[in-house]
Amino acid sequence: MTQFIYDGTYTGLFSAIFEVYERRCEDATIIKGQNLQALVFSENMEVCTDPAKAERVLKGLRKKVSPECFANIYSCYLSEIRGMENTILKFVQYVFASRKNIEDNYGNAAVLDIAQTARKVGREKHRFEAFVRFENIGDRLFYAPIDPDYNILPLIVPHFRRRYADQDWIIYDTKRKYGVHYDQATEQVHEAVIDFTASGTDLAPTGISFDPDETLYQELWKNYFKSTNIPMRRNMKLHLQHVPKRYWKYLVEKK
Amino acid sequence: MKTSESRIHEKLGILADAAKYDVSCASSGSKRKNDNKGLGDSTGMGICHSYTEDGRCVSLLKILLTNYCIFDCAYCVSRKSNDIKRAAFTIEEVVELTINFYRRNYIEGLFLSSGIFKNADFTMERLVTIARKLRTEHHFNGYIHLKTIPGASEALMKEAGLYADRLSVNIELPTEASLKTLAPDKNYEEIFTPMSYLSEAITEYKAEKALIKSTPLFAPAGQSTQMVIGATPESDKDIMFQANTLYQQFSMKRVYYSGYIPIGGDERLPGIGTPPPLIREHRLYQTDWLMRFYGFKVNEIVSDEHPNLDVDVDPKLSWALRNLQEFPVDINTADYAMILRVPGIGVGSAQKIIAARKFGKLDWHQLKKIGVAMNRVKHFVVCSKQDVLFGDLTPGAIRHHILSLGKSKYTASYSPQLSLF
Ligand code: SF4
Repeated sequence: MTQFIYDGTYTGLFSAIFEVYERRCEDATIIKGQNLQALVFSENMEVCTDPAKAERVLKGLRKKVSPECFANIYSCYLSEIRGMENTILKFVQYVFASRKNIEDNYGNAAVLDIAQTARKVGREKHRFEAFVRFENIGDRLFYAPIDPDYNILPLIVPHFRRRYADQDWIIYDTKRKYGVHYDQATEQVHEAVIDFTASGTDLAPTGISFDPDETLYQELWKNYFKSTNIPMRRNMKLHLQHVPKRYWKYLVEKK
Repeated sequence: MKTSESRIHEKLGILADAAKYDVSCASSGSKRKNDNKGLGDSTGMGICHSYTEDGRCVSLLKILLTNYCIFDCAYCVSRKSNDIKRAAFTIEEVVELTINFYRRNYIEGLFLSSGIFKNADFTMERLVTIARKLRTEHHFNGYIHLKTIPGASEALMKEAGLYADRLSVNIELPTEASLKTLAPDKNYEEIFTPMSYLSEAITEYKAEKALIKSTPLFAPAGQSTQMVIGATPESDKDIMFQANTLYQQFSMKRVYYSGYIPIGGDERLPGIGTPPPLIREHRLYQTDWLMRFYGFKVNEIVSDEHPNLDVDVDPKLSWALRNLQEFPVDINTADYAMILRVPGIGVGSAQKIIAARKFGKLDWHQLKKIGVAMNRVKHFVVCSKQDVLFGDLTPGAIRHHILSLGKSKYTASYSPQLSLF
C-alpha cells in the first residue's frame, strides 16, 4: 500500500490523484500531511503540489461529470472529513473507468458518499448564509466571526457579495484563522488575516471600536426576537433542531 | 437609555407582538437581483435567519405599522374593543429598522401589515410609501411582503405590486359563515376581489415580461393567504377544500394555516388556556404538501367519509393504509408518481431511486443507503417480484407497528416547516 501525502490544498489533492495514475498505483490512499500516521505496511510518498498536473485531472473530470457534480467534489474536499480524500479518489477512478456518466449511480458507495457529503456541506453553507451576524465596527465596516464545522467560507462568499455589494465587510473563520474581506470601492474580495493577540478575544478585530448605533440595533434585534415568539407554542426540541447550540456563540439573539 | 431609544423599543415590542399571529414567513420565490449595486438580493431560495423558541422560522422583520384598528374581528388581538396598548411606527422608523437589520444579516426583508386606521386607502398608502422609499431611496433589493388591506383601491394595489415581492390578503376563516359571525366588518367578496385582481395582474405582468424585458416586476413571489384554524367548527375537509379552491382560483403561492391562540374576551371562541391545535395544524400543512408536491388530489385525502385527518399518523401513511390495494410497489419498475406515494419516501429519495435504478436493480441495502425511512417503506415496497414483504399487510397491523416505533418522530414535531413523510 502507498500513502500519498499532500499539503491539504485542493490543488495538492488533485496533484496526488495525478501521481496515483502516473505511478499506476493499485492500492493508494491519500492523506493530508498534518494527519499523517505511520502505518507499518505502507510506503509513504510525498506529493509535490503542481497546478498543471492537478488541472489535467480536473479538466478530464469536468468533461465527464455535470457542473453540479464537479462542484460537489469541491464541497466534499471542504468538508475536511478524515478519509474523504480516499472517497474522492475512488469516485474519480470510477468516473474515469466508466464510458458513460456514472454520477447518478447511487447504488455505488463512493457516488452516494459524495452526494450525501456534498449535501451536508451544502446544508452548513446554507446555515451560515443565515447565521452570519455582522456588527458595524465603525467606518461602515461590517464584521462577522464564524466557526463552521466544515470549511464553508469559500462557498458563502458569492452570496454575500451579491447581497452586500454596497458595504465593506469581513467574514472571519475563527477556527481556521482566515477571513474574507470585501471592499465595496473596488468590488473585490481578498483574504483577510487578523491579529487578535492584543485583544485576547476572537470576537472583534483589535483597536477598532463599535459604531455608536451598533448596540442599539443589537438590542432591538433581541427585543424583536423575544416579541415575535409565541410562548403557548413553545417547542424547544424543534428550536434546538433548527438552531443547534454550537451555533449560538455568534448569534446576537442567543447570546 | 435615551428616551427616543426606549420609545422605539416599546413600539417594536408592541407591534412585533401584534404581528406574530400571521404565520407567513416565506422569503423565497422572488427574482429581484442586486443589479444597481444597492443593498440586498432576493434571488435565492429564502433563508431562515433564526428560529423562535416555538420552532418557527424568522426570516422577515414582521411588524404592524400600527395596531390601532377601526374593525372588531373577534379572533384578533388588535380588534377595536380589546383593551391593549396601542402604538404606531413612523414611516422613517420602519425604513431604518429594515435597513439596519438587513445590513447585519438578521433578516431577508420586511413583512409589513397594519391595523386599519381611518380607512383602507389611508392605511394602504402608508404601507406603499414605505416600500417605495426602500426601493427607490435606499436601493433596497431585499424581500418585501406587504399585506393588502381589504377595500384598498386598485391603484394602490398596483403600486404595491410594483415594489413588493409578495402580497397577501388573508381569508381569515375557512367559511364565509364563520367570517360573518366573528368579523362583522368583513365579507368574502371584499377578500376575493383583491385576490382576483392580484392573480390577474401577476399573470399579466409575467406574460408581458416574457415578451418585453424592460417590464417591471410585479409581485414576483406571487400572493399568499392565511386561515385561522381551530377557532371555528369547520372540519379538515372544509379547510382543505377551501385551500384547494384558493390555489386553483387565485394561483396562490402558499396558503398558511394558523392554529388559533386563545386571546380571551369572547365566549364564542376557545378560552384562554386552551392549547393551540398544533398537531392538527401540522397535519394540514402535510396535506397541503401532498397536494402541491406529491400529486395528490384533495379528495383523496379528505372526503365526506373521512372529513378529518388522522392525528396519530401523517396523511400520506393514512392514505396508504386506506388504499392497500395499490401496494406493494416494485421499486425497480414503478413510475415516479407511484414511488412518491410510498410512505417513507420523500421527493429527494424518489428522484434518487429513479436515477439510480437505470444503472441496475436496487436492493434493500441500497434503498436504505439512499435514505428512505425503512421502517415505513418496508411495508409497502418490494425490490423484486420474489421479495416477501416484511410483516403482514393489514392496515391495523402496519399502523400499530409504525406507531410502536417511537413517538417522538410523529408527535413532537409540529412545525409547518417540517414534512415527515
Ligand atoms: S381588521 Fe385586521 S387588525 Fe383590524 S381587527 Fe380585523 S384582523 Fe385585526
